[in-house]
Amino acid sequence: MSEILEQVSETYYDVLKEIGNIGAGNAMTALSQMLQCKVDMKVPQVRLLEFSEVGELMGGEEQIMAGVFLGVEGDITGSMMFMVEEQSARHLIQKITMGMFPEGEEFEEMGLSAMQEVGNIITGAYLNSLSMMTNLSVSPSPPAVTVDMAGAILSVPAIQFGIYGDKILLIQSQFYDEVKLDGYFILIPDLESYEKILTALGVPVNLG
Amino acid sequence: MSEILKVGIADLKTCISPNGVMTLGLGSCVGIAIRDPMNKIGGLVHIMLPDSKAITSGQHNIAKFADTGIEELVRQLERMGARRVRMVAKIAGGATMFNFQGSGSGASVAQVGNRNVEATKAKLNALRIPILAQDTGANYGRTVVFYPETGAFHIRAVGKPEKII
Repeated sequence: MSEILEQVSETYYDVLKEIGNIGAGNAMTALSQMLQCKVDMKVPQVRLLEFSEVGELMGGEEQIMAGVFLGVEGDITGSMMFMVEEQSARHLIQKITMGMFPEGEEFEEMGLSAMQEVGNIITGAYLNSLSMMTNLSVSPSPPAVTVDMAGAILSVPAIQFGIYGDKILLIQSQFYDEVKLDGYFILIPDLESYEKILTALGVPVNLG
Repeated sequence: MSEILKVGIADLKTCISPNGVMTLGLGSCVGIAIRDPMNKIGGLVHIMLPDSKAITSGQHNIAKFADTGIEELVRQLERMGARRVRMVAKIAGGATMFNFQGSGSGASVAQVGNRNVEATKAKLNALRIPILAQDTGANYGRTVVFYPETGAFHIRAVGKPEKII
């Protein structure tokens, strides 16, 4: 069980790539409806990285990011996180609040609840694609939001992955409207759920 | 010219004055700084999880856990000439990053910071290393820098003035 991520990686990679693609597509549609403008995206990247590499990918452990964390219940259980760089988060919030969120202000309640809404839409889009592909029920809990250093936010999923190994699996998505939005999506299934996800996709597994 | 060594996540480093050690963006993890004030030898370990024994699989990275990480830091400091009886510690981190209202495994993931702090205190207590100061818990990340010369433990957080404990 020690190298579980390595073991399942190849098939699970493909699965995540699919989830990433469909999820990002759904998220793009939802975002463009919400923002009422055209949103484009790049093909999402699925990466299995050392903990330290994740921080670097996001621009350093002290890079300020917005993080949305939620629990997942149903046939698949675990938790999930969506992270976006601070400037992108501000841009999104500006759009959603139609400029009512003043430039350079602290995030405070209005900004955070707008971010929560964005998180809901984006994570919901990914979860729907996961649910559709596997035919398993997946229901998210209300999200919790924070704005802090990348390293500190990442510690939450990293600790959970740390139980199984020294790497973290994430989906990197880039959206464009007027500016580039770099988003990172991390699915943190409970151990039993890896097996359920793969079995549902017809992949024989023996993780014991 | 002094040098500040960077400690990664699930990592540890030692140094001798005037050098220092730092770790960036501690969230629910805990940073444990230990020094021998006599010869100014010190180090920092950045642990992620409370207990190596709770993990069934073969884990190679001992710096990842409070119990084995602190033990290893103490062992390395002793090898450099520090004495256990003189060692003192300062700790930071163990935040609850998300005010998560749900149940299930998400809740336990969100609360791991508290468990890390408890395990850290228990281990230091078992080794009879006194904790001189701490800045733990709350809901924000911390960057810490430790100087074995003075024992000063600098703590930076987003939107807050730097504090020294």
